[in-house]
Amino acid sequence: MTDRFSIFTLLGEALSGHRGWKPQWRDPAPKPHYDVVIVGGGGHGLATAYYLASQHGIGNIAVVEKGWIGSGNVGRNTTIVRSNYLLPGNIPFYEWSLKLWEGLEQDINYNAMVSQRGVLNLYHSDGQRDAYARRGNAMRLHGVDAELLDRDAVRAKLPFLDFDNARFPIMGGLLQPRGGTVRHDAVAWGYARAADRRGVDILQNCEVTGIRIEGGRATGVETSRGFIGAGKIGLACAGNSGRVAAMAGLRLPIESHVLTAFVSEGLKPLIDCVVTFGAGHFYISQSDKGGLVFGGSIDGYNSYAQRGNLPIIEDVCEEGMALMPALGRLRMLRHWGGVMDMSMDGSPIIDRTDIGGLYLNAGWCIGGFKATPASGWCFAHLIARDEPHRVAAAYRLDRFATGRLLDEAGAGADVALH
Amino acid sequence: MRLTCPHCGNRGIEEFAYGGDADRRRPDGEPFGQAWMDYVYLRRNPAGAHREWWYHASGCRAWLVVTRDTTTHVVASVQEVAR
Amino acid sequence: MTGRRLATGGTIDRARPIAFHFDGQAYRGFAGDTLASALLGAGVALVGRSFKYHRPRGILSAGPEEPNALVELRDGARREPNTRATTVELHDGLVATSQNRWPSLRHDVMAVNGLLSPIFTAGFYYKTFMWPAAFWEKVYEPLIRRAAGLGRAAAVADPDHYEKATAFCDVLVIGAGPAGLDAALVAARAGDRVILAEQDFVLGGRLLSERGRDPIAELGDLPNLRVMTRTTVTGVYDGGTYAAIERVADHLAIPGQHQPRQRLWRLVARRAVLAAGAIERPLAFGDNDRPGVMLAGAVRTYVNRFGVAPGSRAVVFANNDDGARTVADLHAAGIEVAALVDPRPVPSAATIAAAQAANARLAAGVSIQRARGRLGVRDVELSDGTTIACDLVAMSGGWNPTLHLTSHLGGKPRWDEKIASFVPGGLPPGMTVVGAAAGDFGSGYEIAPLWRVRGTRGKSFVDFQNDVTVDDVALAAREGFRAVEHLKRYTTLGMATDQGKTSNVTGLAIMAELTGRGIPATGTTTFRPPFTPAAIGAFAGHHRGRDFRPTRRTPMHGWAAEQGAVFVETGLWLRAQYFLRPGESDWLTATNREVRAVREAVGLCDVTTLGKIDIQGADAAEFLDRVYVNGWKTLPVGRCRYGLMLREDGFAFDDGTTARLGPEHFLMTTTTANAGTVWRHLEFCRKVLWPDLDVQMTSVTEQWAQVALAGPRAPDVLARLTDVSLPHMGLAETTIMDGIEARLFRLSFSGERAYEIAVPARHGEALVRRLMAEGDAFGITPYGLEAIGLLRLEKGHVVGSELNGQTTAGDLGLARMMSAKKDFIGRVMAGRPALVDPERPVLVGLKPREPGAILAGGAHLLPQGAVATAANDQGYVTSVGYSPQLGSWIALGLLARGRERLGETVRAYDPVRGRDTPVEVVSPVFYDPEGSRLHG
Repeated sequence: MTDRFSIFTLLGEALSGHRGWKPQWRDPAPKPHYDVVIVGGGGHGLATAYYLASQHGIGNIAVVEKGWIGSGNVGRNTTIVRSNYLLPGNIPFYEWSLKLWEGLEQDINYNAMVSQRGVLNLYHSDGQRDAYARRGNAMRLHGVDAELLDRDAVRAKLPFLDFDNARFPIMGGLLQPRGGTVRHDAVAWGYARAADRRGVDILQNCEVTGIRIEGGRATGVETSRGFIGAGKIGLACAGNSGRVAAMAGLRLPIESHVLTAFVSEGLKPLIDCVVTFGAGHFYISQSDKGGLVFGGSIDGYNSYAQRGNLPIIEDVCEEGMALMPALGRLRMLRHWGGVMDMSMDGSPIIDRTDIGGLYLNAGWCIGGFKATPASGWCFAHLIARDEPHRVAAAYRLDRFATGRLLDEAGAGADVALH
Repeated sequence: MRLTCPHCGNRGIEEFAYGGDADRRRPDGEPFGQAWMDYVYLRRNPAGAHREWWYHASGCRAWLVVTRDTTTHVVASVQEVAR
Repeated sequence: MTGRRLATGGTIDRARPIAFHFDGQAYRGFAGDTLASALLGAGVALVGRSFKYHRPRGILSAGPEEPNALVELRDGARREPNTRATTVELHDGLVATSQNRWPSLRHDVMAVNGLLSPIFTAGFYYKTFMWPAAFWEKVYEPLIRRAAGLGRAAAVADPDHYEKATAFCDVLVIGAGPAGLDAALVAARAGDRVILAEQDFVLGGRLLSERGRDPIAELGDLPNLRVMTRTTVTGVYDGGTYAAIERVADHLAIPGQHQPRQRLWRLVARRAVLAAGAIERPLAFGDNDRPGVMLAGAVRTYVNRFGVAPGSRAVVFANNDDGARTVADLHAAGIEVAALVDPRPVPSAATIAAAQAANARLAAGVSIQRARGRLGVRDVELSDGTTIACDLVAMSGGWNPTLHLTSHLGGKPRWDEKIASFVPGGLPPGMTVVGAAAGDFGSGYEIAPLWRVRGTRGKSFVDFQNDVTVDDVALAAREGFRAVEHLKRYTTLGMATDQGKTSNVTGLAIMAELTGRGIPATGTTTFRPPFTPAAIGAFAGHHRGRDFRPTRRTPMHGWAAEQGAVFVETGLWLRAQYFLRPGESDWLTATNREVRAVREAVGLCDVTTLGKIDIQGADAAEFLDRVYVNGWKTLPVGRCRYGLMLREDGFAFDDGTTARLGPEHFLMTTTTANAGTVWRHLEFCRKVLWPDLDVQMTSVTEQWAQVALAGPRAPDVLARLTDVSLPHMGLAETTIMDGIEARLFRLSFSGERAYEIAVPARHGEALVRRLMAEGDAFGITPYGLEAIGLLRLEKGHVVGSELNGQTTAGDLGLARMMSAKKDFIGRVMAGRPALVDPERPVLVGLKPREPGAILAGGAHLLPQGAVATAANDQGYVTSVGYSPQLGSWIALGLLARGRERLGETVRAYDPVRGRDTPVEVVSPVFYDPEGSRLHG
């Protein structure tokens, strides 16, 4: 059986009809008890399991997933990675995530196509330029790459944007050259395979229906495949955090909202970097397969339906055409929705709960994908050592009571504005 | 998605602005405590029937209480907030 | 053979030949043709190359499910990549080009990928390209990106226009085949308002393709029946809303003048009838992708509808009675049928009869193992060891109901063993499914499922466009990608531009066979809108370029333009940024002149865009007390007061002056940026939080034009219009200019004597012209946003860059405004520890140590001598400007413990602009701190 991935094993298998490849993860039966049970077989949950095993030497771990692994937002996002944040509570975390992305493929022996093509945020007014300068300077103070481009520099890079007839003229942009895209499904599969090889049990089609709490301490999960005892339980089910936390009697500063993503038909290379439109919420990039991947704002109402409605779909296309009128004749191939854990300040939560042995990883809003490695890294650290990791120390649940908020957008407790 | 406004009839969602969970109550006059956290930050966020505020911004300007299923988007009722 | 057009038959108009070009070569078709039928009619079998292996491909289908025959349609700015030749209506001058090949369609260098296919299996790229790490972005990925993709985008602005429209109906019928026509007629005759939407350019659907079925055109003249051809219903949304794309001008070389290319319809329907028919499945045998291998139903379409012979000697391969129909139709058209290959051990009576009638060999219990012929099928090898020469293979693996729209709202299709297909499960509210879309295939279907032919040589394609083979599905199963979504994502099965219309069911059925789980347990992937790929431009409509969003202009816009105003976008508003005088060329010269005029004489500016809310009622003052941090009950009638609002979470929200026009009557001013948000917030407070208060309000932003008059000579100018004299923060309602209603306010944000004059909007331009005329003698000068910004900056007044949603009243030096005697929005949450932390950055003024040094917003503030790291980050610059009075750049900023640090030098660190400037911390009030000019 072939397990290691490399050009040599691939060539070897090519000669024998690829009959020797092992399953990338096993399909084990649940054990009655694990040291740690991670609820949620998405990117964050699988990464947490992998880092618990690889960084903290914990071997007896299960990831329980109600459907197939990667079926949540890791498999339905627009694949952007970046660390162009503003606030000191956020930048080190996302930068650590970007650093983990940069070494991920060698670490897990899986090509997730981490592609540092650059992320460019356009600005359209003096005020917006200064706000981006503030952000870029904050990034530089944290040792993160950031460049402020003027209009000519943007034009040289992306000549087909609307520079001459725009309602909100493009004045320049903030570029993070190290930002880019990653093949999203491969992140889930790669972490799953790497975790599996370290003994983690990945239990698909295993829906959590209850969390057993005895004497103020979580002792296991009731699932569609029976009760599974646990020394510690980590919830990593963004989108459904409210639903699952309610099983433990917790109410969260989170609303679930739908965000629509789009892909066009496959095209020869057109857009090299990730571009965001500053006069709206539109953003676009091009996948290695050739599809233009784009999106905009959330629909703005509570939803678990994984699908949005026409007003936002039209809005996204309007913004796309305003930015890039060459899109007109290109065709939307598919649009779909993901359910976002919209936290009340727009930033995530990685923290203990009031219930012993129950840990929470939630509130990723519209930006959870890029956080996947650091989220797993820091959540594993918290679960293993019972203390927050340095770069995730601000992601506390009590910040809403103390007022130590991480409100990048300055939008307040109105999730539609984050 | 469409809402049947008690004043304006069946209208597209683009005319309305969302106001969130309508079961929140502002603890007027109370000092800081759980009631304030409940009002400003904490949400039931149910998967299923949800009572929520909508504002008919591009219509009659009424604030409405809508009962809607968050898993199907099916609207069960629309009423004007109690006067 | 150069032409394959039959002498008679079909619905094409042989009297109307149409000239077109494909790959630079001229051809001729007829009115009523699609590009695909015209190409087949002209004898063109090779039309494209596949995605990965660049295999030569022909035309597989006759509809929107087409995976192979994708072309670049039109050229120049109108080039449309990936256009399915099977749905393009032939028009005069049509130009199409094959894609994803180099240098030519017949000789494609990238076909070398086919030789490497043992390596290029499903998901091979996840297993390699990892060493050396730096090579991914530099070497591997650029190669992959260039090889991937299909057609080329034009990369210039789309020259055509699009529209959006909404229509309402009782019944929306989707599809005008037999079932849809029936449904539309019945509903319309019953008196319902009916819309019948058909993606094709003629009605009839499958009726057009079957021999002896007359397409009825009997819909007649029912006024309540609206027929929309060339209209594809692309998606189902909530509340009975359907999106549809009408291809208004796609059958023309270019749209007519003022004609949109396409129109997005939002169809709002009480009920919908889905009559979308069914899509045929290919059979998976060796090299089943050779040009000349077609779906049997498509063969009948080309023969019966278009009068085209897709080949001259056919082999029909079918696991259902479509084989018999196809044999009969080919025979009737005079096309030789060499064999009917039927894998069913016992063929139906109809099959036997059809083979006999056509003198075709009936190979029962036999399958095609492999098709041979690189650029076109030459013969087929059967499982019984025989080989049959042919140039056409008509295959049918059965039919899939076109149920995509039934699952857009989450409905799960159900497996129907009898027809070996998925049929609609849960439906969107109000939808009914009829005809073949509901799985009603009538009698004489008799399918025996055959998902893959075993023991084949060559590649057995499942997804033709993405080159996914039976072996790829097997590899996915072996590696654990057994969930149907894993299968899709790992192999890319069903992810091509056809979204798996011909491949999904076959793929998952093979997976079900391999895993032994059965098809119902394997399930389907999720169908998502749009049903067929839809132009992004159609969803944007006319919202592009300058029309992307509405433009709001004040009543004085034309006057300002005359004065040389350079306008700037402020939300939706256009406001004068500065006024260029003859000889001036830069904003700073103009702004300095405008600022000096205000400081030394008098300036005039348009402040109409500020939000204005009229608030009345017995509880109006109480209401203001609750929404502002400061008190309002003590404000006398005829006076104004500056107010600050917080959000409920305790952070600063908006500010402005509010005037008391009467005991129960106030006029609130908001910032331009927040006018809409504040209005909605107040409406929430009034109607939801405190419905008991006796207060009413309305937005009057657009009812009043408002002009500010500022500077030492402002009183002189005002005196030319009125003899009313006002105390500081006073207001009066009066008439000016021969009876025009007016409101006068004495307000100042510049530190100079200043007034604001409001008149009904229609008099705004007259007012400003009159003021300019009266002020001429005093040196009156129009000033714009840049000057407004600098004038307020010199006085330390906060604006949007300080009220950025992250600051508290305390940060802005406004904590004393917060009344302790009352409740107000945000009071309680503003008391949380982090919001009253003494370490918070607070508002300060900043001046460069070196004269002439430039400051810029967004620079961070660091202690002097400290290294530039995050640990030393103490705040940032919020607003900057050049003060001609002080001869220096000045700034406001937020600095930790700033109020205790006046006189200290800090670094304004701005690495993204390459600046690092020592600045002195000073009071935020740079100019006339005593306020003597205001009251003087």
